Amino acid sequence: MKTYTQTSDGYYGKFGGAYIPELLFNNVDELQKNYKRIIASAVFQKQLKSLLKDYVGRPTPLYFSAALSERYKARIFLKREDLNHTGAHKINNALGQALLAKMMGKQKIVAETGAGQHGVATATACTLLGLSCVVFMGETDIARQAPNVARMKMLGATVIPSVSGTKTLKDATNDAIRYWINHAADTHYIIGSVVGPHPYPDMVTHFQSVISKEIKRQLLKQTGEAEPDYVIACVGGGSNAAGAFYHFLKSKKTKLIGAEAAGKGIDSHETAATLTIGSVGIIHGSKTYLMQNKDGQITEPYSISAGLDYPGIGPLHAHLHETKQASYLAITDDEALKAAKELIKLDGIIPALESAHAFAVLPKMKFKPTDIVVINLSGRGDKDMDTYLKYL
Amino acid sequence: MRTLQKAIRENNHNNLSVFFTAGFPRIDSTGEILSILNDTEVNFIEIGIPFSDPLADGPVIQHSSTVALHNGMTLELLFSQLKAVKGKITKPYLLMGYLNSLLAMGIEAFYSKCFESGVRHIIIPDLPIKEYLKEHKPFADKSGVSPVFLITPSTSEKRIHEIDGISNAFIYLVSGNTTTGNQSEMQTGSIINITAMKLKNPVIIGFGINSRVDYLQACALADGAIIGSAFISNISQSKNLKSDIPQFINKIKTINLIGK
Repeated sequence: MKTYTQTSDGYYGKFGGAYIPELLFNNVDELQKNYKRIIASAVFQKQLKSLLKDYVGRPTPLYFSAALSERYKARIFLKREDLNHTGAHKINNALGQALLAKMMGKQKIVAETGAGQHGVATATACTLLGLSCVVFMGETDIARQAPNVARMKMLGATVIPSVSGTKTLKDATNDAIRYWINHAADTHYIIGSVVGPHPYPDMVTHFQSVISKEIKRQLLKQTGEAEPDYVIACVGGGSNAAGAFYHFLKSKKTKLIGAEAAGKGIDSHETAATLTIGSVGIIHGSKTYLMQNKDGQITEPYSISAGLDYPGIGPLHAHLHETKQASYLAITDDEALKAAKELIKLDGIIPALESAHAFAVLPKMKFKPTDIVVINLSGRGDKDMDTYLKYL
Repeated sequence: MRTLQKAIRENNHNNLSVFFTAGFPRIDSTGEILSILNDTEVNFIEIGIPFSDPLADGPVIQHSSTVALHNGMTLELLFSQLKAVKGKITKPYLLMGYLNSLLAMGIEAFYSKCFESGVRHIIIPDLPIKEYLKEHKPFADKSGVSPVFLITPSTSEKRIHEIDGISNAFIYLVSGNTTTGNQSEMQTGSIINITAMKLKNPVIIGFGINSRVDYLQACALADGAIIGSAFISNISQSKNLKSDIPQFINKIKTINLIGK
């Protein structure tokens, strides 16, 4: 039997918790005490359900790929999160949290973003719900993700460059947390992944779990089976994987596979494969695996995909990894690019670079022809055109 | 070396503490700054363990950490620097840092090295009380080390009493809801409420303290003040620490004449 439930303190096994300075105690405490009640309330459920359906476009299709099935000798289905409004799964969480913030009486939102997908989703949710929005983004990422910066600004968000540390996602997250400390009274922090102090990992997993809820229903309808043999998803912080895994965590049948970004290779020092090369410590208020040197300084990750370029991983994944309830494979830049090229050619779908890492798991597996494999296609590749034009 | 408890009591509510980052501005500055401060009106000293991701810190302390790490500073080296000067330092000094640095060294090793280096108190802002009691306290007690916890003007009374109960040196009151080094209005009303709680520990105010006026206000409201970012800004521009540090301290605390 798989165990994945959280304790009341927000631990998955030994991972998770809330390692926050006293300055954030009241805010985090307020969230911990209220999020379950608000999320479970009829008025919240009704509003979110209607927004997910009519605004986001859910349910997203579960698409049987005849070409990939033929190529890899299995029954391969793609969960089309790329078809969501704003182009990725990030909107599921951003809308849920923005609605929650509003019901908690907060008028302002702060968020961090790496590639800009979570920033765009949050800016969108804030515009829709009439909340003001500040997004921190590393100066380096602002330079390499210009279209998403323009989208956020067009949507009325204030984009603040993070100039601390190495000026990427980790630093944008630090700065968003610092901003929250300085504006604690009226601001809610919408974290973009299943990371951060309790209750964020559980809350974000909850909002993303709609993915596996739909997969289960759609798969039953299309194949007569509710549980696939495999679910494969890419993992940076791990929100789309947490959402795609969630309703199969209790399954004895379903094998869960996460694809983390190996960058230029796990021995290259230019990698973001946290579970493969990391060790246990504290990052952004959570006890989990992270990339660090022997003095406990958090090291800078590298991946061709800005969304997987994170030196930590959600505590749920750390726990699933440690207890061997899920397997995590390291996928290099080259493998991801090759997988993207194949999907574009075979299915006419340009995936996000992040999602391409999940497809790169396929050639590493030995399937039975009867195996049902679901790949979470977490986002579309519009934002990655520069990279694709350069390498493909 | 005086105990921290004694040093704070002797000063009759007029405590001044200074925080600086180990390994900044130069890798070998730690011992030098400590020695210079030892001969000033400062009552106790906080030494920051540089960390790559200091969540509670504003730009000045972040920058000092980045420079220190770039200089090659490590926790291991800090302990050896402290060991080298501990015989000469008569004022109590504390370590302040983030939990990940401590975990990387190992909890037991960290506390025993604190003891060997003359450190009797630590401040770890992201260490939850529950976790301290469960996983740290046995090792901290064995090494004679005890923690100082942070509270803010919005910390609940129940929680303040809980923190008071497990503290034995002082309570670190953050001036407002802010990261370090921010100019924020001292929340006088809330601070008066806190000091009226009849706590067994003295209350010392930090974050955003940068002038004599702030220091005097903190002494009037509580038991003293801690200056971090303003001190670091000062030494980062200094060409002569030996004259600039005493000058900075003298501007804040001339002679110990201020009564409460």
